Amino acid sequence: MLAYAIRRLLSAIPTLFIIITLAFFMMRLAPGGPFDREKQLPPEIEANILRAYNLDKPVHEQYFDYLKNILKGDFGPSYKYLDFTVTDLIMTGFPVSLRLGLYAIVLAVIFGVSAGTIAALKQNSTFDYLVMGFAMTGIVIPNFVMAPLLALIFGVYLSLLPVAGWGGGALKYQILPVITLALPQIAYIARLTRGSMVEVMNSNFIRTARAKGLAEKTVVVRHALRGGLLPVVSYLGPATAAVITGSVVIESIFDVPGIGRYFVNGALNRDYPVVMGVVIFYAVLIIVLNLLVDLVYGFLDPRVKVE
Amino acid sequence: MTAEPFKRDGLAGLEEAEFVKGRSLWQDARRRLFSNKAAVASMIFLAIVVLMAVLAPLLSPWAFDDPDWGYDFPGPPNLELKHWFGTDGNGRDLFVRTLYGARISLLVGIIATSVSLLIGVTYGATAGFIGGRTDNIMMRIVDILYSLPFMFFVILLMVIFGRNIFLIFVALGAVEWLTMARIVRGQALSVKKKEFIEAAHAVGVSGAKIITRHIIPNVLGPVIVYMTLTIPQVILTESFLSFLGLGVQEPLTSWGVLISEGAKQMESAPWMLIFPALFLAVTLFCFNFIGDGLRDALDPKDR
Amino acid sequence: MKRLIRLSWRRFFLTALMTVAMTAAAGTALAGGTLRVASMGEPASLDPHKVSGTWENYVVGDMFVGLTTENPKAEPIPGVAESWTVSEDGKTYTFKLRQSSWSDGTPMTANDFVFSMQRILDPETAAEYASLLYIIEGAEAVNKGEAKPESLSVKALDDQTLEIKLTGPAPYFLALLTHYTAYPVPKHVIEKVGKEWTKPQNMVVNGPYKLVEWIPNTHVKLTKNDKYWDAESLSLDNLTFYTQEDRAAVQKRFRAGEIDVAMDFASDQIGWLRKNLPNETRIAPYMGIYYYPINSSVEPFTDVRIRKALSMAINREAIVDKVLKTGELAAYSFVPPGVAYYDKPSEVDWKDVPFGERQKMAKDLLAEAGYGPDNPLEFTLRYNTSENHKRIAVAVVSMWKAIGVKAELFNSEVKVHYADLKQGDFQVARAGWIADYNDAQNFLYLLETRTGANNYGRYSNPEYDQLMLDAEVTSDLQKRGEMMRKAEMLAMRDQPVIPIYHYVSKNLVSQKVVGFEDNPQDIHRWRYVSLK
Repeated sequence: MLAYAIRRLLSAIPTLFIIITLAFFMMRLAPGGPFDREKQLPPEIEANILRAYNLDKPVHEQYFDYLKNILKGDFGPSYKYLDFTVTDLIMTGFPVSLRLGLYAIVLAVIFGVSAGTIAALKQNSTFDYLVMGFAMTGIVIPNFVMAPLLALIFGVYLSLLPVAGWGGGALKYQILPVITLALPQIAYIARLTRGSMVEVMNSNFIRTARAKGLAEKTVVVRHALRGGLLPVVSYLGPATAAVITGSVVIESIFDVPGIGRYFVNGALNRDYPVVMGVVIFYAVLIIVLNLLVDLVYGFLDPRVKVE
Repeated sequence: MTAEPFKRDGLAGLEEAEFVKGRSLWQDARRRLFSNKAAVASMIFLAIVVLMAVLAPLLSPWAFDDPDWGYDFPGPPNLELKHWFGTDGNGRDLFVRTLYGARISLLVGIIATSVSLLIGVTYGATAGFIGGRTDNIMMRIVDILYSLPFMFFVILLMVIFGRNIFLIFVALGAVEWLTMARIVRGQALSVKKKEFIEAAHAVGVSGAKIITRHIIPNVLGPVIVYMTLTIPQVILTESFLSFLGLGVQEPLTSWGVLISEGAKQMESAPWMLIFPALFLAVTLFCFNFIGDGLRDALDPKDR
Repeated sequence: MKRLIRLSWRRFFLTALMTVAMTAAAGTALAGGTLRVASMGEPASLDPHKVSGTWENYVVGDMFVGLTTENPKAEPIPGVAESWTVSEDGKTYTFKLRQSSWSDGTPMTANDFVFSMQRILDPETAAEYASLLYIIEGAEAVNKGEAKPESLSVKALDDQTLEIKLTGPAPYFLALLTHYTAYPVPKHVIEKVGKEWTKPQNMVVNGPYKLVEWIPNTHVKLTKNDKYWDAESLSLDNLTFYTQEDRAAVQKRFRAGEIDVAMDFASDQIGWLRKNLPNETRIAPYMGIYYYPINSSVEPFTDVRIRKALSMAINREAIVDKVLKTGELAAYSFVPPGVAYYDKPSEVDWKDVPFGERQKMAKDLLAEAGYGPDNPLEFTLRYNTSENHKRIAVAVVSMWKAIGVKAELFNSEVKVHYADLKQGDFQVARAGWIADYNDAQNFLYLLETRTGANNYGRYSNPEYDQLMLDAEVTSDLQKRGEMMRKAEMLAMRDQPVIPIYHYVSKNLVSQKVVGFEDNPQDIHRWRYVSLK
């Protein structure tokens, strides 16, 4: 299994390289530069700035310089956060996003799988519709509505939780962001679970298990779930990556210092090094998560041999 | 499900048999779909929403881009002035704008999903059918593209190509086709192995015909389901873009734009949020229930 | 014989005395505590030579003190310089510095200021706002790389005496010196650690508060600097700045008591705020102009009748009352009212014509220029992404529609918007300008030909340019004001820009906070603030 993992990671290197190149050149296609603003810079100052950041060199030279630097581990300075390097920003942002993301995914798996399984077992009953309908509020209410709504109710009206902030990572600051992140995922996971459990519960080996006289609960938990969860596991790979990196709304509304904002604001600010940094970071994350997913898949489904 | 007995007169009968079997499958599916109450209710709701969107100018005396200078900016719902949903921050009637927003949101959803369908199905079916090295390379490309942060690239596309609504469709479609391609390819691979395909092959049916007449109808099931589930995702993505300020240009509007504006005033002008959000939620629910219904209906393993 | 300029001794002494008295009074209110401020933006840096926004000013402005500094009303008072003299022609300033030290105990000398001014103008530093100091002799040449930093006319005559020579008499110079571009930076630290000098373990300041911690996108924490020469007058022990930009969320935090001061709020909340938080909502005139520059070099906007018609057809009162509702002032001039040495700005001559009549006049002007119902004027109005910009643009477009003009709205994000404006790639666009210092020149220079990029519409009127040039070398403040007023009159006649409104500052201030005074520059130094 280790050999498999290493082989997978190595074969991902060309992928990474292509992604870096794509992102690098696409960013520069966007009109406007990092230093355009309302109070326009006099040409000599602009020239100074561009020179200080090596932005006056031809693009392909900048590209090779960039590659050389990242091999040395230098991802460059940020053009917007002048006192910090890209590495600084990702190193402070990632642990925050990781924490929130993992909590959200765990929450989502617990509630989503339960809801989906129960709905599948009582397929097409009112219970099914109710549970699924409730689970789906996570999808039909966009997170930029859910977040301020929760902040208003729990932070202002009920004064139970802080409205925003990170507070060094204290638990009470994490509750609302995690819930907001988890709600859409609960919905997706519930749907996936329901769909796949419906299929599994109607399959032959379940009929066999029942015929064997096993209690329904054992049938469901020991036998059905294992196969039924496969689509959920596949989904979790990219979903975890998305939750960890896609939380720009949560970060801006709850003032949480994660890395999601860099994807959006980096592009909008034309902060090239930060953008490149998070793109690379995301690609690595996806590669690692996909590998993990495949390994777990192989563990759950004995038909799949991981070699 | 019963199939017509094989007609043993001649090899042409095999193709015939296949078609007969297919037709009753669809009928069966349709029966199951319509017995699904949630799906039926959803289809009705959706039809109503679409109708309202199309008939928007007839349903209100207000134009969608004219401020009502005589009333509050924003103003609560007022029956005398025929502002049934109230007005927005620029004094424009919210009812009309919600319906015009429906047009854009639904259009974006359908067209972007169709774009992703077109690209995804063609790509996936080709990869699955041809198989071998071509399939490997094609799927490798999909894997690479999967490793790109979507949101970032959509934003980049929006920023590079301006805020043309046509480009919004294309950008969103270009980002959603990957999963479609994977699904279609998977289906194509499994269908390819089925006996009736081998039989058709043996009979001498051309590759193109096999794709169009045999593979695609069998693949269509999951594809349709996936489409009805992608449309809401695309609508949500468009609303996220609107939240960032990258949505459609004024004076056009979409539910995403309306909801973003409303969310900022949820206490001071709740009508700005409630009405468009309700429409969005109901529509998304509908698409999801229809999708679920379709999946239940088309799934051969389901009782 | 050196003549003292308008900012006389007496006035400064009185202001300084009042400041001390107010501070003492405030200080006797319960001392101590931590003030939590929403500064509404992440600082690009804590290096005063690298910043350029109001949100950074709130943080950096109490970490450093320049030759002059602000009182609670943002008026200039002595800072590190305790006194000064000015030459007869107004071009040479000699400052006498007080005995003071940096936060690590190193004494502060005139050489620190020489170093700092040279540093910000050094092209290697790539300071964005360096051009603000071009009034200093030699500054522009240094910044352009045409002269060595040492050639700058900022000289230390001895450890406590600094001499600065200007290119022309600038009555606003002492006010300019309060700006962060003129702050001193610690030479001894920068020479040792270079770029790392703003890290908490290295950073040394000369102001009332020093850096404890800066976690990006979380907070900036400052604490009292005991080595500040006036440390006893300080009430607050600590300052925490939250940099969140989402105004709705900041407002909720304020309501929940998590924040004491918010430096901005969303205009559309004003109704709710006036009803629910009337004592905390602070609105005051703010020295800035919101306007629509017109690209006068493209057809048909070369025709003054069209520009005038477009401007006349806008009902500014309706915009201010219905769309904005936060008490902004409808603008009929370019310079806002209340600017120093500039009593009455020049306004358009049709200001008092009732709106209905103006609409008719506008339609007539358009007809004269060849546009009417069968040949409507069509163009694009550009604005950058923001709720307010959108609402104003939508309102204006509907007003133009009423006179038969078809304007299309085009919204782009800020980078694209300003990149295109720089290239002159627009017809009519939205722009805004907040004063850097309290003087009409800071507004009117935007319409001079030599200004370049910040004159978005590239208005070029040799008469205007000449008036501004003459004003620059006039030391008589009356005459100077007159010349600039004449120039403004030309601009209002020509309408190369459509003034829309003059800004207001919007703040939320908890009732526990004492010493936060509204002023036209919206500058509030925390050293004067205390918590009840």
